[in-house]
Amino acid sequence: MSESKPKKKFSRRKFIIRSAVGVGVLLGTGYVTRPVWRRSLAEMANSAEAPYLGDTESPLLWFEVSAENQVVLYSPKVEMGQGTFTGLAQIAADELEVDINKIKVVHAPTASGNIDGMSTGGSTSISSLWQPLRELAATMREMLKNEAARIMETDAAALTVKEGVVSGNGQTLTYGEIAKQVKEWNIPDTPPLKDVKSYKFIGKPIPRVDLADKVAGASIFGMDAAMPDMLYGAVARPSSIGAKYVSADTSRAEKMPGVVKVVREKDFVGVVARSRMEAENAKNAIIVTWDTGKNWQSEDIEEMIRVGKGEPYVIQKAGRAKRILDNEEEVFTAEYKSPVGAHAQLEPNGAVAYVEGDKATVIISTQVVNITRNEVAERLGLEKENVNIIPAYLGGGFGRRLHTPNAMQAAVLSKAVGKPVKCFFNRQEEFQNDTFRPPTHHVLRAKLGAGGLIKAIEHNVSSGDVMYGSPMVPALAEPILGADVGAWRGGMIQYRKIPNYRAVSWRVKLPFATSWWRSLGLLANTFAIESFMDELAIKAGKDPVQFRLDQIQEDEAGYRLKEVIRAAAQKAGWRDGAHNGRAMGFAASTDANTPCAHVVEVSVEDGEIRVHKVTCAIDPGFAVNPDQVRAQCEGCIIMGLSAAMFEKMTVKDGQLTPTIYGPYKMALMKHAPKEIDVVILENADAPGAVGEPPLGPIGAAIANAVFRITGQRLREMPLQLA
Amino acid sequence: MKISFYINGNAHSIEADGNTPLLWVIRDVLDLKGTKFGCGKAACGACTIHVDGEAVRSCSYSAKFAEGKNITTIEGLSAGDSLHPVQQAWIEEVVPQCGYCQPGFMMATAALLEKIPNPTDQDIDDNIVNICRCGTYYRMRKAIHRAAEIKNANI
Repeated sequence: MSESKPKKKFSRRKFIIRSAVGVGVLLGTGYVTRPVWRRSLAEMANSAEAPYLGDTESPLLWFEVSAENQVVLYSPKVEMGQGTFTGLAQIAADELEVDINKIKVVHAPTASGNIDGMSTGGSTSISSLWQPLRELAATMREMLKNEAARIMETDAAALTVKEGVVSGNGQTLTYGEIAKQVKEWNIPDTPPLKDVKSYKFIGKPIPRVDLADKVAGASIFGMDAAMPDMLYGAVARPSSIGAKYVSADTSRAEKMPGVVKVVREKDFVGVVARSRMEAENAKNAIIVTWDTGKNWQSEDIEEMIRVGKGEPYVIQKAGRAKRILDNEEEVFTAEYKSPVGAHAQLEPNGAVAYVEGDKATVIISTQVVNITRNEVAERLGLEKENVNIIPAYLGGGFGRRLHTPNAMQAAVLSKAVGKPVKCFFNRQEEFQNDTFRPPTHHVLRAKLGAGGLIKAIEHNVSSGDVMYGSPMVPALAEPILGADVGAWRGGMIQYRKIPNYRAVSWRVKLPFATSWWRSLGLLANTFAIESFMDELAIKAGKDPVQFRLDQIQEDEAGYRLKEVIRAAAQKAGWRDGAHNGRAMGFAASTDANTPCAHVVEVSVEDGEIRVHKVTCAIDPGFAVNPDQVRAQCEGCIIMGLSAAMFEKMTVKDGQLTPTIYGPYKMALMKHAPKEIDVVILENADAPGAVGEPPLGPIGAAIANAVFRITGQRLREMPLQLA
Repeated sequence: MKISFYINGNAHSIEADGNTPLLWVIRDVLDLKGTKFGCGKAACGACTIHVDGEAVRSCSYSAKFAEGKNITTIEGLSAGDSLHPVQQAWIEEVVPQCGYCQPGFMMATAALLEKIPNPTDQDIDDNIVNICRCGTYYRMRKAIHRAAEIKNANI
């Protein structure tokens, strides 16, 4: 059942050329706003590998060899659970030629100079550092070897390196002993990298490097950070959509116990006190006047998020889908919806900041270290080199920490009192001031043709913004791209053997902040498209797995997609229809070049949907750590299941609600599948995205299974039986 | 007011507003940061500790009620150098991702195993009701069963 395999070679050169082409296209032509250019840019954004935007040439920014023979790896990528620290340690250990236990990975503070220009997000940490970090580690190894040669007064070529020890000429030196004797390092040309097959750590299921500390409760998260003589801050935050700060009556707050200072700024009011509780109580005593706009209700939002309203952008087009679907008979149409979703990460946002004269230090859970630094510097009028952002472990990221105005607020409070200040959101503020996953509405149209295959198909998605409005995205992108790339992520038709297909993204600006939520538009778009594919397969009287396989094109992406579809179906023992009260559901998606397919096994008990088992096949290209690839698949499946079955924010009388776990229903232990079987395929030469792609198919797979048991086609998330 | 209690086997006396949630005393006064703040309303379980052996959500437990009690936090879960069976199982199954909610889950699990040494899946579903956003429930369930095995083998 395997086909010949058109394997693509990945190289760093290609990353650079691709991103250079992107920039060239953006800057070099006046035609970019024409639809055809937009579409090709959209295609590029959909498939291009993300380059790493930080140092890739200075091993000394990345590594520190201690006299105790430990290697410290300063990671510019943050650890938010996705296992990046472990993957980076594996990558470095093999080329450095040290045992992985000798490597300690820490977050690089911005003062170290090792700064990621972009973010930790988009499932790009391992893929974008795969080549640069191996080169940096190999160069560091050569530097140590060269210094050993100098110390031993011999030729470097005569020396061998094994497990952190350089030997030759009858002498041995550990890395630690070498490093002690180096005053100035010389950086040689990048040596050739080792053969991938020779790696001892890369490709192996190494336990997480942060495992022991996390199990001991010893890892320091942003909220655990402290500084000597620290005070506690609290900032008054609005509970209403669109509320702007006008003024505040702080007379009562100023007299509250423990209050050190009430701080009034042009755009917010806060308080600094001796303890967190005192700060919270004083904040609650501030009477704030907000300029609240319209008294928004959920119906208003639903009315806005509707295909046909807002600005349409054609993001994908082949053949004459629109003409066929507008004019021919027997066109099948279906609509799908998804709600506003909250990040609900367990660690609230906040920061510990200390501003001393013209310098500032901020300890924070952030996914955008560089932007956090620049925002603090700008707000306080400091040189950005004088602002040191020290990332701490993130108690969940999921995109929530791509916006960090809380760093500025903590810094402003610190400056006002001249002491370190720790300032955190409470849970209600966290829910009401989230940067939500936008709600969506989808209209799909298709016509079946000869042999029960699709003749023409069209996906329309209406969504709030994801990437626009973020400091990460240049203002230039908006007029050029038009459609919000994040909103339509996963919105293209991946069955490209279909002769006529088209995808349209309708952009809507919502009155509250919407942004990145793990996998962006992928979950909702895949829910719509893959539910619709299932409906079409049933209409055509075909097996839904074969129906998909028959309509995938013959190229590298198509080959990899077909392989995961076959692997998932085979491993799960796929069979269509309901059997003994259980049924399987199938769905697949491709995200950031990583194809993934899920088979779920579902029953309905006491009117509730129960997901018993999920079989997942994924092709991340190459798995640096197969166990952590598995962990990411399991996590995506459970988080996606939670969003697909339970989660929903509503708008009532101008407020987003609920504001606490429980009423914001999420998957608990009892809802998680008892079996998750992950099959990892590796049909490329380099690691690709893992942290988000497995979220794609889960909603549709569950809905497709539910249809087979109940006959109810659930076209809206969260899935609710009639 | 003055409040005296044992925490992880050591006697402590602190001066605090009796209505302060015990969580903040543990974190900010005693500087034990393994017990986490998630919601402040006993809805997520990130702050779970043991008070006289019972699992308690410390964000909603006033400090004054700790008077004379034996309190255990994640830092005191293991005795001496040997890991608690729950921690050992968590390591074997490589459970944590971000790790923020994990101390709460481990404390809830340790309390469960004292009451039900061999929990069924149903027991786990009924008793382990904390929230994990990374979605580690699947590995946690395996780890809970494994912890029961280790604990029973040690007796």
